[in-house]
Amino acid sequence: MSSWEVVIGMEVHVQPKTKSKMFCGCSIAGLNEPPNTHVCEICLGMPGVLPVPNKAAVEACIKTALALSCEIPQHTKFDRKNYMYPDLPKGYQISQYDLPMSVNGYLEVGASRVRIRRVHLEEDTGKLIHAGDKLHKASESYVDLNRAGVPLMEIVSEPDLRSADQARDYAMELRALLRAIGASEADMEKGQLRAEPNISIRRVGSQELGVKTELKNINSFRALHRAILYEVDRQQQALESGRAVVQETRGWDETEQRTFSQRSKEFAEDYRYFPEPDIPPLELDRAWIEELRRALPELPSVRRARLLDQLPAAQVAVIGADRDLADLYETAVAKGAPALATANWIVNEVAPTGKLMSGEYLAELIDLLQQGAVTRDQAREVHLESVETGRTPAEIVAEHGYSQVSDPSELRVLAEAVIDANPKAAADYRSGKKQAMQALMADLRKRAPQANPKVANELLLKLLA
Amino acid sequence: MLARLGLEPGDEEFYADQLSGILGHIDRLQQLDTEDIPPTAQVVAVASRLRDDEPRPCLSQEEALANAPAPVNGFFRVPAIQEET
Ligand SMILES: [Zn+2]
Repeated sequence: MSSWEVVIGMEVHVQPKTKSKMFCGCSIAGLNEPPNTHVCEICLGMPGVLPVPNKAAVEACIKTALALSCEIPQHTKFDRKNYMYPDLPKGYQISQYDLPMSVNGYLEVGASRVRIRRVHLEEDTGKLIHAGDKLHKASESYVDLNRAGVPLMEIVSEPDLRSADQARDYAMELRALLRAIGASEADMEKGQLRAEPNISIRRVGSQELGVKTELKNINSFRALHRAILYEVDRQQQALESGRAVVQETRGWDETEQRTFSQRSKEFAEDYRYFPEPDIPPLELDRAWIEELRRALPELPSVRRARLLDQLPAAQVAVIGADRDLADLYETAVAKGAPALATANWIVNEVAPTGKLMSGEYLAELIDLLQQGAVTRDQAREVHLESVETGRTPAEIVAEHGYSQVSDPSELRVLAEAVIDANPKAAADYRSGKKQAMQALMADLRKRAPQANPKVANELLLKLLA
Repeated sequence: MLARLGLEPGDEEFYADQLSGILGHIDRLQQLDTEDIPPTAQVVAVASRLRDDEPRPCLSQEEALANAPAPVNGFFRVPAIQEET
């Protein structure tokens, strides 16, 4: 039996960085405040109101489209997507149907190019809270419309992804891109980036697409990866035991680590789209688009390629994934800091702690470390103190009187004491077991944390030769 | 919807005439050659009206729920929606 090929397309909803909602002036800040405190006549869908699109949301969408190399057509319009659900006060969602803001782009993910079908704008729905639980069916649900009308960009890929790994990498790359261009904070846990994979499987070599399922309720990259693995396995078991895959929307249950059927597709398919009569079509100003194109910062993929000229892949994987770290690295190096030492410091000391300092200060700190003015442990303390107080590393070092002992005559006494105290390790080293040096160095550092390890090591080598 | 209209006996002929007239008019519209004419989404001449991204005051929770028949704790209350099957 031939094996299976996984086919995944992604729909990603992203909340653009704005201060107000998509079609009204309700504030975006504090959506978690008490229910129905961030609503107005427009987002409640009262009769006779006129929605007006938010310029900042349109701008974020254009920037995203440009960064994804999409075409931006001259004409675009909004449409009503009609369906009845209590989280949708108007009975329709304002979205874009046949004339989206942008089409035909791509995103480079590792070595492959994932085609983007479209990026369009729409509005979020409200939140529905179900009373009762699985055992006790409730007779009512509760609706909070604070999120209703929050702007969303929908980024739809072609079914070009072939594994859970690739789908996760795509979503992560998209997040890095959105953050780099300032279009969105793209925080998955805050619901600012929602990834919904469409998954099907087919026999290797087959050109036809299998029946797909769409997954929802995924709120981390880890969950995305696991949900896809689970779903692929579920579909494979169904097909191999002669059952069919049903086209449907399935939810990811994080607690039970499985997907469950939410609703079948035929139920939701007919949205009776028609042009939104209350919003005039958009004729996007080409000069504005060109201005936004020129103002786009360097994209993460380009920056990573540049970093790879200077650094090993492992360091680039960390630094290139985060705009703040990459900025820090590049300003420090521009101030004269050595590339690899700076990169290693960022990877080991900044990335895990999030303690960012200015590039200038980091260059100074790396310099102090390389001169041997401080030990690594001391440098770590200086780093934290500098971040807390805003003072320069050199000032802090001077004040604490930190300094390494690098004087060979002083260290020679110490090195001799270490050899005397560890006769076995010394003998091992002399008989060719080079790793015995580690034990000697460890003892030396314990006796004198201030000792310059490089000078001390040279002295031990000389004494044992 | 039309099928639900209740007609008085004797009115059938009157409405049949009217309906035939309307259908005839639609037939005439169908004769137009619309091959090269793009679909009209809007009849208003304005375009590209955008709003600056400035928050404005919202309604109070009380005002927002004023039309709701039976709000609970600041929420609208609706008949139960069961998501899971
Ligand atoms: Zn509003």
